[in-house]
Amino acid sequence: MKSSHVVLVLVVALSLFVFGLVGCGGSETTTTAALPTDTTGASNVSTDTTASGPTGDPIVFGAVLSATGPGSPLGEPERATLGMMETQVNDAGGLLGRPIKIVIEDDQTNPKEAVTAVNKLLQQDKVVAVLGSSTSGSTLAIKPITQQAGIPLMALAASNAITAAPITWTWRAPPRDALAVETALTYISKVMKLTKIAVLYDENAYGASGMAEIEKVAPDYGLTIVAKESYKTEETDLTAQLTKIKAANPEVVVVWGTNPGPAVAAKNMDQLGMTQPFVGSHGIANAKFIELAADSAEGVIFPAGRLLVPESYTDPEQKAQADKFIADYKTATGANPPTFAGHAFGGLTLLMDAITRAGSTDPAAIQKALGETKGVVTPDGIYNYTADNHDGLVADDLTVVQIKGGTWVLAPR
Amino acid sequence: MSLDQFLQYVFSGITNGSIYALTALGFTLIYNATDIINFAQGEFVMLGGLTAISLYKWGVPLPVACLGAVVVVALIGVIFELAAIRPLLSAGIMTQIIVTVGASLALRTAAMLIWGREALPLPPLTGDTPIDVLGATILPQTLWVLGATLAIVVALQLFYKRTLTGKAVRACSVNPTAARLMGVSYSRVVLLSFGLSAAIAATGGVLIAPVSFMGYSSGALIGLKGFAACILGGLGNPAGAVAGGLILGILESLTVGFLPIQGSSGYKDAVAFLILLLVLFVKPQGLFGQRTMEKV
Repeated sequence: MKSSHVVLVLVVALSLFVFGLVGCGGSETTTTAALPTDTTGASNVSTDTTASGPTGDPIVFGAVLSATGPGSPLGEPERATLGMMETQVNDAGGLLGRPIKIVIEDDQTNPKEAVTAVNKLLQQDKVVAVLGSSTSGSTLAIKPITQQAGIPLMALAASNAITAAPITWTWRAPPRDALAVETALTYISKVMKLTKIAVLYDENAYGASGMAEIEKVAPDYGLTIVAKESYKTEETDLTAQLTKIKAANPEVVVVWGTNPGPAVAAKNMDQLGMTQPFVGSHGIANAKFIELAADSAEGVIFPAGRLLVPESYTDPEQKAQADKFIADYKTATGANPPTFAGHAFGGLTLLMDAITRAGSTDPAAIQKALGETKGVVTPDGIYNYTADNHDGLVADDLTVVQIKGGTWVLAPR
Repeated sequence: MSLDQFLQYVFSGITNGSIYALTALGFTLIYNATDIINFAQGEFVMLGGLTAISLYKWGVPLPVACLGAVVVVALIGVIFELAAIRPLLSAGIMTQIIVTVGASLALRTAAMLIWGREALPLPPLTGDTPIDVLGATILPQTLWVLGATLAIVVALQLFYKRTLTGKAVRACSVNPTAARLMGVSYSRVVLLSFGLSAAIAATGGVLIAPVSFMGYSSGALIGLKGFAACILGGLGNPAGAVAGGLILGILESLTVGFLPIQGSSGYKDAVAFLILLLVLFVKPQGLFGQRTMEKV
């Protein structure tokens, strides 16, 4: 017992010693590095940097991303995008003539970790603005903290609640969930010219909030909900729900959920010989849905960001920017950018635009400039923020996609 | 409601119910030998499906991949018994049941790390052209699940009633100490039960994967429903487990069809479990369970 205590004390002492040394070493190197700029090396260094890039203290951004855990399919491409952009911006002369630095913290898709991460960014890194988080749960957890601290938060998640009051310090880059509902319903009423819809939705948060939104706005589009049925994410077979829907005789079946539910529904509709068009949500805007539903995926229609089908861009400036982003991202990671990469690109672009217009990195000045954002182009859309509207996008920024021959094409207009 | 609609609800119930039934059979097997409720049963279903998917992806022909997955999962069941249940034989039933809950979480997490978070598809054994019966349709794959369930239940009845090993299993269930005194190797019976039970669950997973896809979390709901089916049919009776599974599945889908409100599918679990509770009030041993006297 005693000897183990002695060992423990030794270990603690030793580790303190080692960390102390490292700490000293660290500060020593910074002082030595700083020295030449004060004396002889000063002119050399400054001429070098003005020739090749930005000078001065970096402008520090913080990002809280779900780089690991269940949200990693969102957070990982966002992390890759921000890393890539940091290099690009600094190579191109920085921001306000200063280099930028993005401190990225991983929240492990856990709201508690997100809180710890954002406190670290605010207190230790003294960031001028925060991007994040990737998932709605984490974003809602950090929103009160940035609000309290008076630091702008650029949210990268889609829940409608993120831009519900209080919104003073909170802005959003991706299209909110309600926008996808608007886009889908607009397409049904304006292009397909149908009025009787049936809704099949997942009972989880994603499906239920989609359903609530559909019920709220359907009358605005002249749509009648003739049947609504639900399922649990892992349910084996949805023919019971679809038989009930079939009996209500809808003109179109709207399915609001994420994989694999909608794929089961598509197959079951074929089994039941239902010929109504299948309109999905942006939750199936991935190759997985086509792989799962296979032949039954043919003809399925859903709203999605334009980044998924670059040929849908109509604005030439936006198209050029998106093409470059897709190429850059492919070079950096070897894959096509998923929607989430576009959100990170948009978020940082919006913050940098505001800082440029403000000519300052004072959080209050950034905040004021964000509120005056007008016509800022990103692959996700063209942003206009106002004091009351912290969602810069409109339904037109999304597009409607159809699955044809196992791939995505623009839905007929 | 027209006949074709009614039939369609029944077929839908059979599709869901047959997988509940197979899972319930797995519960029954282990319960009969050990009195343990194995809460990792749903995870064995999931592992069966995912293993078959991987084998098929590696180029193994579909029927071989399916059989291979059953064998692999049976081995996992055996290893699980040796590693987690056997060391606790003296610790009591409750401890062992809690270990199976832990194992289900561990297996689910392991599956997520191996196969990722997304569900994966498997092609059906004999095509997916629906079979038309009086205007209602059923998938050939559903008939496979149903056929396998019935074959397994018949085989199990024969095994329990006609073979020496089967009788030994039953003996262990009734009185492990007496069985041991009669020369039955209790530990071997337990091992056999876990292996067989995992194999039956895996059969379910392999056969249902083409209908519903299979992901790391698919086992949770199936395990829960399979357990409910077991209780409904009478814990310990293989035929009761199958009947319980099919009844539960059909009850759920008829709830969707007969509740005359929009969104009745949201209530189907509630209605099914309400009926389960009522059955247990009237007949605590389940529909086909035998009243047992336990001497204390």
